[in-house]
Amino acid sequence: MHTVPASGLLAASWLLIALPLAGAAVLLLGGRRTDRWGHLLGVATVAVAFVIGLACTVQLGGMSGSKSVNLDLFTFISAGTLDVKAGLLFDPLSAIFVLLITGVGSLIHIYSVGYMADDPGRRRFFAYLNLFVAAMLLLVLGNSYVALYVGWEGVGLASFLLIAFWYRRPAAVTAAKKAFVMNRVGDVGLALAIFIMFAQLGTTSFVGVLGSTGALAGGVLTALGLLLLLGACGKSGQFPLQAWLPDAMEGPTPVSALIHAATMVTAGVYLIARSAPIYDHAPAARTVVTIIGAITLMIGAIAGCAYDDIKKVLAYSTVSQIGYMFLAVGLGPIGYVAGLAHLLTHGFFKAGLFLGAGSVMHAMNDSVDMRRFGGLWRRMPVTFATFGLGYLALIGFPLLSGYWTKDAIIEAAFDHGGTTGYVLGGVGVLGAGLTAFYMTRLMFMTFFGRPRWDAGSASTPVDPHESPGVMTVPMIVLAVGSVAAGYLLTQAFPLSAWLSPVFGTNKLESHVVAPLWIGVLVIGAMVLGVAAAWLFVGRREVPVVRPARVSPVVRAARNALYADAINESLFMRPGQWLARALVFVDNRRVDGAVNGIAATLGGSSARLGRAQTGFVRSYALGMLGGAVVVAGALLAVTAG
Amino acid sequence: MTLSWYLVLAAVLFTIGAVGVLVRRNAIVVFMCVELMLNSVNLTLVTFARASGTLDGQVIAFFVMVVAAAEVVVGLAIIMSIYRTRRSASVDDANLLKY
Repeated sequence: MHTVPASGLLAASWLLIALPLAGAAVLLLGGRRTDRWGHLLGVATVAVAFVIGLACTVQLGGMSGSKSVNLDLFTFISAGTLDVKAGLLFDPLSAIFVLLITGVGSLIHIYSVGYMADDPGRRRFFAYLNLFVAAMLLLVLGNSYVALYVGWEGVGLASFLLIAFWYRRPAAVTAAKKAFVMNRVGDVGLALAIFIMFAQLGTTSFVGVLGSTGALAGGVLTALGLLLLLGACGKSGQFPLQAWLPDAMEGPTPVSALIHAATMVTAGVYLIARSAPIYDHAPAARTVVTIIGAITLMIGAIAGCAYDDIKKVLAYSTVSQIGYMFLAVGLGPIGYVAGLAHLLTHGFFKAGLFLGAGSVMHAMNDSVDMRRFGGLWRRMPVTFATFGLGYLALIGFPLLSGYWTKDAIIEAAFDHGGTTGYVLGGVGVLGAGLTAFYMTRLMFMTFFGRPRWDAGSASTPVDPHESPGVMTVPMIVLAVGSVAAGYLLTQAFPLSAWLSPVFGTNKLESHVVAPLWIGVLVIGAMVLGVAAAWLFVGRREVPVVRPARVSPVVRAARNALYADAINESLFMRPGQWLARALVFVDNRRVDGAVNGIAATLGGSSARLGRAQTGFVRSYALGMLGGAVVVAGALLAVTAG
Repeated sequence: MTLSWYLVLAAVLFTIGAVGVLVRRNAIVVFMCVELMLNSVNLTLVTFARASGTLDGQVIAFFVMVVAAAEVVVGLAIIMSIYRTRRSASVDDANLLKY
């Protein structure tokens, strides 16, 4: 990896991070004085960052020679031989993330102006959002694993703050804690990987680490790969750390769209793609990545079929789609571009879907129960149209975004060869069918059928209405992206060409060279999924009350395949037992020894103290006895 | 007439004094018993000085007398003060300094 020093506008790329950070600082420190215009500042910083990011990308695109631009900022840690420099690395991989974060981020900031209009904490919300954008940009722009780690923890903090934004709701606070703790589990892996880099190479810069992977032993590389994967699993909600992501939907919907769908949860994919040279030399770790991806994509798709909470279905869909991306980046060079292309298009259509869900919630008094929706397409035409386009993009409707990028992943999986290839590809096809099923189910329950929002005992009358323009415009823009991004990224302006300076050129290409029957298979699975959804959900009345008597399979899916129960019984309970045993040992053994010695000394001194009677004559007797003993001893010595 | 008679007398006097200190309650009597012990020691010192033909023991006996005189001054003052506060000269009544 060869880098060139930053020049021109790229030398100012630190502004990308500094602007949203300054926005967050002003909004948090300014207090209520900034309430009136705080949201405008929040939108402005991210929008300006987007413009800068776009200009930087254009300059990068025009450069000849090395496309890795390095910008050293300052010395971060200097202690003895340990020297960590803070700096930024702007290359084609960072660039697409910068554009995704600031682009989708700007749209969601604009949407939030309308969505949070009635919330007294709107300024605080925008401060946290700006903090998130700054941390996320640091994550993707940092030129070393340490800088990445700072951003990594920063987005974890912002995610925690935003999930618990409505901190008076116990469910939100619990979800935030759960997200934070499960993220820590992953972060331990990332931290350990960084320690190994320090110990083995003495540096954590991408240039230093990724350029010298050949010098490391195979075991070290495998360990690095697995530890980085653990970190990625924590942040991206992958098996076995996927349970926090659906709970994170307790946060405001724009947060779900930006952090828990489009950007932060894809940080794991970025980490693995960035560490590609490590995985190139650690095939075992790479295989684990694909397996994790395949397992997660099935877990997410199965659980998504059973939930009635519109945001949770979308959250499990996110888990499943990120599983696709992990599957792709685990396939090796052929999959990186496919995975990242899917990441970008997913950023568009999933953010759009979440914003649409937020719009529906806005109209339905913040209800998320799809059993109480129905027939909304007539009341909310714009939301319906944009949501519908996002839906078609997600299920892989031909020529929309998901079709290009998801099929590319499945083709790459089949292309892996051998039984593994068929298993992975088969999982991908099955996942596509399930995706079509749960998303069609969601569409039927929300937008079609008989309106059910009057049913039951609603305390406040529900009157669904279309959202204001400040919310619908970002939805429309994202819907356009959902339609066009896939074609643009795979056909018109191939992402593989843009990323070739990072990953080299590889043979993955479009449907032209892929066997026709794979495409047919994927579309067939999609049609089957849609048909099944129509058969089970669309053509009959949706019961307002969730049926209690269901098959064990459905019950398992409703409990997200018992992920929480497994985590509790495997990790939490043994942890509690261990803690209790340690408390017992600490209280009874360690403290017991100390307290026992103190009690023995105290008791014996109290007993000895009884000898101090206060009677002079007994003291005199003691002195006499002592003198006699001394005299006797002297006599014995001299005589004997 | 041998020196041992003097030493035996001194030992008897010392024993009387020691027993008196231990068994008597009256502070004045205890005090006098202490003096008895001091003087029995003086007798021993003088006896040995005579036996060895040097003056060292006699000089030390004078020191002991001087110290005893000073001790009497302080000791009697303490006994007086105890008697004034407690209306009693019994050493067992002055037993507050204990555990």
